[in-house]
Amino acid sequence: MRNWIDIAGLNDIPKRGARVVKTTLGCVAIFRTDDDKVYAIDDTCPHKKGPLSEGIVHGASVTCPLHNWVFDLETGMAQGEDVGQVATFDTQVLNGRILLEASRLAARSAA
Amino acid sequence: MTQKLVIIGAGMASGRLLEELFELAPDAYDVTLFGAEPRGNYNRIMLSPVLAGEKCYDDIVTHDADWYREHGVTCRFGEAVDKIDRAQKLVITANGATSYDKLVIATGSASFLIPVAGNDLPGVVGFRDLDDVTAMLQAAQAPAGKAVVIGGGLLGLEAAAALNEQGMDVTVLHLMGHLMDRQLDPAAGYLLQQELQRRGIKVNCKAHTKAILGKDQVDAVLMEDGTVHGADLVVMAAGIRPEVRLANDAGLHVERGIVVDDTLLTSDPDVFAVGECVEHDRTVYGLVAPLFDMAKVLAQTLIGQPAGFVAPAVSTKLKVTGVDLFSVGDFAEGPEREEIVFRDPGRGIYKRIILRDNRIIGTVMYGDTADSSWLFAKLKSGEDISDIRDTLIFGPAFPAGAPTDPLATIAALPDDAEICGCNGICKGAIVTAIGKGATDLAALKATTKASASCGSCTGLVEQVLASTLGDTFVIPAAQPICGCTDMTHEDLRRMIKSQSLKTMPAVMQECGWKTSCGCHTCRPALNYYLLAEWPLDYADDAQSRFVNERNHANIQKDGTYSVLPRMWGGMTTPDELRAIADAADKYDVPAVKVTGGQRIDLLGVKKQDLPHMWADLNEAGMVSGHAYSKGLRTVKTCVGTDFCRFGTQDSTGLGIKLEKLLWGSWTPHKVKLAVSGCPRNCAEATCKDVGIICVDSGFEISVGGAAGMELKETEALAKVATEQEAIELTVAFIQLYREHARYLDRAYKWVAKVGLDWVKERVVEDLAERAALCERFELSQSVYRKDPWAEQATPAFQRDKWSALADLTLEAAE
Ligand SMILES: Cc1cc2nc3c(=O)[nH]c(=O)nc-3n(C[C@H](O)[C@H](O)[C@H](O)COP(=O)(O)OP(=O)(O)OC[C@H]3O[C@@H](n4cnc5c(N)ncnc54)[C@H](O)[C@@H]3O)c2cc1C
Ligand code: SF4
Ligand code: FES
Repeated sequence: MRNWIDIAGLNDIPKRGARVVKTTLGCVAIFRTDDDKVYAIDDTCPHKKGPLSEGIVHGASVTCPLHNWVFDLETGMAQGEDVGQVATFDTQVLNGRILLEASRLAARSAA
Repeated sequence: MTQKLVIIGAGMASGRLLEELFELAPDAYDVTLFGAEPRGNYNRIMLSPVLAGEKCYDDIVTHDADWYREHGVTCRFGEAVDKIDRAQKLVITANGATSYDKLVIATGSASFLIPVAGNDLPGVVGFRDLDDVTAMLQAAQAPAGKAVVIGGGLLGLEAAAALNEQGMDVTVLHLMGHLMDRQLDPAAGYLLQQELQRRGIKVNCKAHTKAILGKDQVDAVLMEDGTVHGADLVVMAAGIRPEVRLANDAGLHVERGIVVDDTLLTSDPDVFAVGECVEHDRTVYGLVAPLFDMAKVLAQTLIGQPAGFVAPAVSTKLKVTGVDLFSVGDFAEGPEREEIVFRDPGRGIYKRIILRDNRIIGTVMYGDTADSSWLFAKLKSGEDISDIRDTLIFGPAFPAGAPTDPLATIAALPDDAEICGCNGICKGAIVTAIGKGATDLAALKATTKASASCGSCTGLVEQVLASTLGDTFVIPAAQPICGCTDMTHEDLRRMIKSQSLKTMPAVMQECGWKTSCGCHTCRPALNYYLLAEWPLDYADDAQSRFVNERNHANIQKDGTYSVLPRMWGGMTTPDELRAIADAADKYDVPAVKVTGGQRIDLLGVKKQDLPHMWADLNEAGMVSGHAYSKGLRTVKTCVGTDFCRFGTQDSTGLGIKLEKLLWGSWTPHKVKLAVSGCPRNCAEATCKDVGIICVDSGFEISVGGAAGMELKETEALAKVATEQEAIELTVAFIQLYREHARYLDRAYKWVAKVGLDWVKERVVEDLAERAALCERFELSQSVYRKDPWAEQATPAFQRDKWSALADLTLEAAE
């Protein structure tokens, strides 16, 4: 089942920026790129738990604010030499609103 | 009996529909065509050239009276349909009712009037039909007329360029950050803006219109920020809205447009819709190509042939004479997508191709669109381009493999571009000297003095040598800032200055960036260079700053922050201490620490508490200590003559004065100062970026100290007699550092690179230069000497920045 939740307006997030959504499983970071694509990934860096939502967003990547690991926003994979991955969630933008696909969030909390 | 087909709207879509229909089955229907405009169909697209005076109305008529007569169409032009009665299958106009068997709605769109006061004043026009154009041409008759165009999209820019051709003084107001934001990326938008400005059109992006002013006629447009633009004519080109009123009233299914299926059928089995008023598969269209496809499908549907409309890829070209621009498909960035970017700053060319799985999914081209149709064809066919990937961006004519010239940027600079800022040497002078035999760096230094001073332009001088001499000169490898560019920090600073580059897209274009929006290494550096060079013009970009500077607090390893209020010169009061203690209690601060910079740090604060804590501290008169910034941190002082028996001068007072002058300024790296009241040096001034030691006869100023990973003692800069001079020297030194150092070089590193003598010449010996440096510093401080806490503790900021976007914990718990 797909469970789309309207979480905010596109303009609530600055371009090349991010904000978080609180869930029972911790924060999910919602990113908006320079060209208005929206991505959602786990906010917690697998290296030493840096908040990815506070990183610098460039292209479709984010750089962790603590030690500069770079993550691909679509796959959640760490880039370059670093090895790690964060969970990703589907999003879509409809009429200026951001929708987050939350079935996995709910499923994980139920388990 | 032949069926009666009634069509509402004599525009481009219905025009094409009739052509297709008569081609397939000339006698299938008895056609009646209603049109609100008092004329038949014409090529609406060509209204721009008509407005520009390049064409006249007769040139653009597509269907004239003869054509309608020959095909037996009953024309009811100048007669708007007011109502559709679906039950009785009638359309109603002012002249009465007409019955139909099948109905086609082809009402197009209407200009969107932005909802501000005064949008209905005479002199405010849309840009949709011939009457609008006639009204605009009328307004352009008046000598020295001013036009304001609201909207910097396709329509608005065509109107602006045309009105400019007609001799009007034109200003474009665009809401978004760059022109044609729906079709272009920021880099191409920037080039377009430059071209329009070169023609004398004023362009304001991020422009929020508040109201249109005037009594019986427009005379100005008022912006949210209070700016007023005088206007005799206001063109509303901020978008179009599908014209769906009739369909709505008739109870058809309407979303943004009239909803149709693949056969163009609406929710009523006898009513079809075609053109811009239609919504198909959640998409509405604003360009003719897909509408013509619809017209073809509808003609087939009407005579019972099976056909289905498939959403096509649409491309955009701006029809402004002399502007080459092309955009198609999806040009957003994304992982799994690869982009190929080509920039030729010299010729003002930008091309970008976006690939996914080795197939073209989008392209943007500016300045040279010769290959656009070739690329568009490849996009539509979806063919695998792996074989020609490397040369794709150079077009079909490309032979094989010749890489672009990395020196193109330099070669393209005009002769009067300043290369060496210290000695004011322009490119032309260097080229001349090379011609006279100065063929290496040393010879050039000796003959022209280029790069003979601070040396930061060495890279550029070498590139001038290389571009002038060709292969005979080999550039020593220099370290570029990052993988996004070949430029070094020094090259970049010089380009920003000499080419007056004032925005990030401008720098990235002119300096040949290879990525579309940089990376975490170059963006913070660029942001600093731009704000240091153009304090008044450049708007600081929070998204290009590291987290600490964006959130005005130091992030700790567990994601909490530390908050540290300023204590001027290390002085505080019981009231301040109480306020700090109260804040520590109220927000449950786990640790309170006295720092080495003579102030108090509150550690372990949660992000959402930051603005509230700041507001409390502001309330008690305290401001941010910038303990997180590449900027002025602290000015440590000792108690000096106030209390110490050894004190020679008021070291505390001087420290406070300096801190009040310098706070808020951004610098390449952090800056720490200290002032000691005598050579016993209790404030440890000799390991600071600037240290002042008071003596009986005045003030000894030394610079370039550090006590971090490297330990360095300061070196003497000068000794001066008065406090005023001590302040001026300090400010001038810091400004010189701001203007010349590489981002993230501490002052001592920079001094080691340029040499202390070079610094002394400017700051100590040359009094005029010293004064100019102080003046430039003050200019910058007029923008940046402010408390970020006060600014960000406001309710608006709290909502938009500090809180979570949404809280799903409640829902998920159900
Ligand atoms: C200045 C300008 C430049 C353009 N440039 C380009 C371009 O370069 N490339 C491109 O592809 N497209 C361009 N377009 C867009 C293109 O013209 C439209 O997509 C196209 O005209 C839409 O066709 P349509 O038949 O749906 O609507 P229209 O051509 O607008 O026709 C609709 C007609 O219906 C009439 N009408 C509305 N309501 C009623 C009613 N109740 N009763 C009777 N009649 C009614 C209207 O008066 C109008 O005449 C441009 C448009 C403009 C205005
Ligand atoms: S530096 Fe000199 S004046 Fe200042 S406190 Fe120490 S001894 Fe006193
Ligand atoms: S915590 Fe993210 S890189 Fe170290």
